[in-house]
Amino acid sequence: MTVRAMWKGVVEFGSVSVPVKLYPAVENRSVSFRLLNRADGKPVRQVLVNPKTKAIVEHEDSERGFVTGAGELVSLDGSELESLEPEASRIIEVTAFLPPGSIEYRWYLHPYYLGPDGDDDAYFTLVAALGRDGLEGVARWVMRDKEYAGALRLHRGYPMLVTLRNAEELLPLDDLGPVREGDLDEKQLKMAKQLIAMLAADFEPEKYEDEYRESVLDLIERKKRGASVKKSKPRAKKATADLTSALEKSLSGSARG
Amino acid sequence: MARKSGRSKPKRPTKVVPARRPLWSGTLAFGLVTLPVDLYSSTRPARASLRMIAADGTPLRRRYVGQGSDTLLADRDIVRGYPVEDDSFVMVEDAELDALDPERSRVIDLESFVPYEDIDPSLIESSYVLVPDPDATTAYRLLVASMSDASRAGIATFVMRGTSYLIAILAHEGTLRALTMRYHDEVRSPTDVGLPDLETADVADVARVQKAMKKLSAKNLDTSQLVDRASERLRAAAEKKLAKGTDVHTVPADEVEPEADDGESVDIMALLRQSLGRGRAVEA
Repeated sequence: MTVRAMWKGVVEFGSVSVPVKLYPAVENRSVSFRLLNRADGKPVRQVLVNPKTKAIVEHEDSERGFVTGAGELVSLDGSELESLEPEASRIIEVTAFLPPGSIEYRWYLHPYYLGPDGDDDAYFTLVAALGRDGLEGVARWVMRDKEYAGALRLHRGYPMLVTLRNAEELLPLDDLGPVREGDLDEKQLKMAKQLIAMLAADFEPEKYEDEYRESVLDLIERKKRGASVKKSKPRAKKATADLTSALEKSLSGSARG
Repeated sequence: MARKSGRSKPKRPTKVVPARRPLWSGTLAFGLVTLPVDLYSSTRPARASLRMIAADGTPLRRRYVGQGSDTLLADRDIVRGYPVEDDSFVMVEDAELDALDPERSRVIDLESFVPYEDIDPSLIESSYVLVPDPDATTAYRLLVASMSDASRAGIATFVMRGTSYLIAILAHEGTLRALTMRYHDEVRSPTDVGLPDLETADVADVARVQKAMKKLSAKNLDTSQLVDRASERLRAAAEKKLAKGTDVHTVPADEVEPEADDGESVDIMALLRQSLGRGRAVEA
């Protein structure tokens, strides 16, 4: 099985220029549902509603407005929006190379493999150079009228561009700083650290299989045949009242395999 | 639905970090320690400032209607369905999906703690912040402190809205964060894609590329490189028109709040500060 390339570009930095093809790296395997109207079991339709009048507004009658302040919008028409589209380009411009681990996980969005596009030597040279220092490049490019930022890195030995979110997509979370020592029981902290050490392991993603996906498909099959199925009841969540005792029991391995 | 504690206002003015109701609500298990937590998204959709508006400038909301009807449906009128043959669907209730794996629908059980660098960015799907219930704040702080100290992420599998996820829980900036990850077989291998076998490259060529990389080396991510340039251009165009006073609409402030489209919106930081106790673990 091979995958068809979705776009062609040229990775560029300094005097380096590497023609590449982009391939989607993700194959979404989760069960995709549709939203249905409970009354007739038919798919629902999404509409735009004016919250003031409760009236449905057809898509072609809607306009675009940019929020410039609290309760303040400026409308932009189709030709204004079009004039703001980025210029088409094939260049994937790498602007920086960072040590591994410099990019917070929240930024990463979607991975694409890079394959060679006519210049194998340049491609294999890039692969070797990326592998040498384990550096991660930060790149920008325009693909199909849309601007992207991405991290250029190796994945299983091959170059990959993982798109990065825009800065505005990350909710601005405050740094709450380290937990103050006086707020914790020293004995409990010691035991918590021991428990983490006891459960320390290397991460092996291959160990995990999505068995739930199969049971969802099986549920659908059973419902299709008209079989009655179980429903779970909401259960109250419970916080551990005696942390010290729970930690002690965890460490001694009782009640758990 | 926001919990009661979310409704009281924070005393000091903070920038509001809005989110919809928790995307998942359940129990985090660490050994035999259990703590009730809510998962909130720590990201928001791109281009949130560009809204679809009515002719009078009112931002429009997305709602659902049935086929051949203009009557708006409420959340309780909508159910998920899976397509089977002949354009028909099987309706599936959330409670039925949860019942397939009741344990993992309610509990994120941290079964191992792995080095951060083992978490491959290509696996990452979405990011969340964990907010503890008020009776679980000590356990939450304990986990933040001990996990930061170990520089390890807790790994579990759990079920959220009909999908099972591999999840990593990390301590970051005084809070617990979560990353849902793709299963390994959802990321294709280079062979699946049809990439060629790797060949050795010319040593001098590699040195030349490395030199070019070195010239661009930086210590930290320059986040100014990651601003949405399209959004910046939109803002510039909008502000030019604003200065001239053309096509400017004024509407009630809460109507432009994109996250408040459905349900109640809550302020994650306020919830966290409230829950973790202002002035105690959290320095103002």
